[in-house]
Amino acid sequence: MKISSNSKWVRDLWLVFSYLILIMAMAAVLVPILYIFFASFNTGSSLYSSTMIPKNFTLDNYRMLFNNPNKSVDFTLWTLNTLKIASATSIASVILTSFTAYAFSRFRFWGRRYGLIMFLVVQMFPGAMGMVAIYVLLNILGLLDTHLGLILIYTGGAIPFSTWMAKGYIDSIPRSLDEAALIDGASRWQIYWRILMPLSLPILSVIALLNFIGPFNDYLLARIVLTSAEKRTLAVGLHAFISGQFDQNWTQFAAGSMLTSIPIMILFLSLQKYFISGLTAGATKG
Amino acid sequence: MRKRAVSATIGSILYMGLGQLINGEWVKGILMGLYHYLILKFALPALRHTWWGLITLGEIPRRDHSIILLSYGLVGTIVTVIVIGFYIGNIVDAYRGGKRRDGGHPAPPIRETMTEVIQKSYPYFLVAPAVLFILFTVLFPMLFNMSMAFTNYDLYNSPPAKLVRWVGFENFREIVRLASWKRTFVGVLSWTFLWAILSTFSCFLLGLFLAIVLNNPRIKFRGIIRTILILPWAMPGFISILMWSGFFNTSFGPINQWLNTLGIASIPWFQNVFWARTAVVLVNLWLGFPFSMALVSGVIQGIPAELHDAAKVDGASPWQEFTRITLPLILYAVSPLLIMQFAGNFNNFGVVYLLTGGGPPVLGNKGAGGTDILISWIFKMTFDLMKYNYASAIALLIFIFVASMSIVNFMQTRAFKEEDMMG
Repeated sequence: MKISSNSKWVRDLWLVFSYLILIMAMAAVLVPILYIFFASFNTGSSLYSSTMIPKNFTLDNYRMLFNNPNKSVDFTLWTLNTLKIASATSIASVILTSFTAYAFSRFRFWGRRYGLIMFLVVQMFPGAMGMVAIYVLLNILGLLDTHLGLILIYTGGAIPFSTWMAKGYIDSIPRSLDEAALIDGASRWQIYWRILMPLSLPILSVIALLNFIGPFNDYLLARIVLTSAEKRTLAVGLHAFISGQFDQNWTQFAAGSMLTSIPIMILFLSLQKYFISGLTAGATKG
Repeated sequence: MRKRAVSATIGSILYMGLGQLINGEWVKGILMGLYHYLILKFALPALRHTWWGLITLGEIPRRDHSIILLSYGLVGTIVTVIVIGFYIGNIVDAYRGGKRRDGGHPAPPIRETMTEVIQKSYPYFLVAPAVLFILFTVLFPMLFNMSMAFTNYDLYNSPPAKLVRWVGFENFREIVRLASWKRTFVGVLSWTFLWAILSTFSCFLLGLFLAIVLNNPRIKFRGIIRTILILPWAMPGFISILMWSGFFNTSFGPINQWLNTLGIASIPWFQNVFWARTAVVLVNLWLGFPFSMALVSGVIQGIPAELHDAAKVDGASPWQEFTRITLPLILYAVSPLLIMQFAGNFNNFGVVYLLTGGGPPVLGNKGAGGTDILISWIFKMTFDLMKYNYASAIALLIFIFVASMSIVNFMQTRAFKEEDMMG
């Protein structure tokens, strides 16, 4: 049988096959997430249960996050710490990135080329290896066990990649806009503030989002920099639930994970359109 | 006729601002001379101390802390480079000013100079904060690690009790000379490559496949399906990895529980090297395919419809349409990103560290477990074995490999070719 675009039979078979594949893929994605979701309502502390949907439904795991006799568990405080670090990192990196990208995109100056190459190359250095140096540096500056230290390191780490992204975007804004404004007597600051900055808002919001989510995701650096319990971020706090050798509390971890993930996921999904279009713009340009 | 150009250049080499004075630029010359004086008076003694620290790494144990001296030395070096940069700028400026005077032009008034400086330094002001940040949070750690690779800094040579000293390429030689280190290094290196290839291609192929399946307009609820499939990307990675470490747990994990109900014996996920590696690759696939899927979907939607129409007119089958049009265009668009992902996976610390902790332990290996890739092994060498010198040496090797691959890759992209890097 010759396969052609007119062959309805083949197309129907492909459709059925497609649905099967998609259902399997969705199951592979949803089952683990639902499992952890239900586990958060389970009694006990183990992940092991006879049924996926708990027989003894309880909200205790959630209650214990906010009101725990163990003083080192304080979900509200962890959230506030993380929100503080995440917002500061996000704002600082957007401002710094935006200025830098404007300069790299619109000005020709000595050192521009080296700067761009440096921004590219430093991204390749294994981050986990910089920990010792970061530790030493923060120690010298007296910033160990402070949120400020963490914010500075996150921001510095975010700049190179974000700058490349923003620069690519500003490059695609026609220069004739700047030139017209220049003829109308606009200053360079006005060109940035009134024209380029507003036009590059889509990419700036992606950068803001990325760097906001970053601190929610980072366990390692936060673990090394922050030592006191009241400075913990969500990642460090959640990890503590399951890192004990004998007292792993998975249901508590599940409850905390749900409360952390759901807002992040909603944020991500609501902005995914910009996100993906930004990505593919980069890809098709590449 | 180049008298002034020569004398001003020599003047500025001798003392900053002197050449500018010779050129008749009084205010500028005096300001620069003042700067030179301040540097000599205040910065130079401090800088000299940092150079001494960097070269000797301390002379008396307990008085001199080698690692702090090394850090100061590196910061001092960064500052020194900036100071030398200004000095060279001063000479170039004197030469240019002199040439202008030789050409019969008068010295520009200070007001004009000021406007020019402000004009020219505008982009530098924009870039300066970001560059400062990067110097200290990214470049400094990098230089620090590179330096440690050439020292004997480890558990036994640790300040304050002992001094650290420079050993040249000794660490690199020892890693390949000492049998147990060499075996571990080769083992970890080959698994790192295998891991980077497997993880990059598994995510890409699954993402590609799902994107193509989803692209069929006859499928209903495409938006909802796509959103569901993107969930692993949206979820904080650190949480999903820890979640999976619970699922794969050999004794209480639901995966073995389900296998048991199907009549299959429990699999020693984290105790056996093969299964632990399988688990790491599978979890990474779960985490990583949505990114590739989103990317490929975007590319597919960007392919002009005329191409497909033309193919149909020419009598191409759907399969031909796919292999001759869609696939080549996708590969063309995403290949630079694939290489970036390969580089990223090469150093994908999170999945390995949080899922298996590098385990299971392998007998006779220098600290590296069965799933340890280079970067997680380096981390263990640093924080468990305190073998800072070897860890840094290997980190430097990784950096050279990944950076050169990425740069070559980047230079192939159109983004680079269209970019006028000069100027």
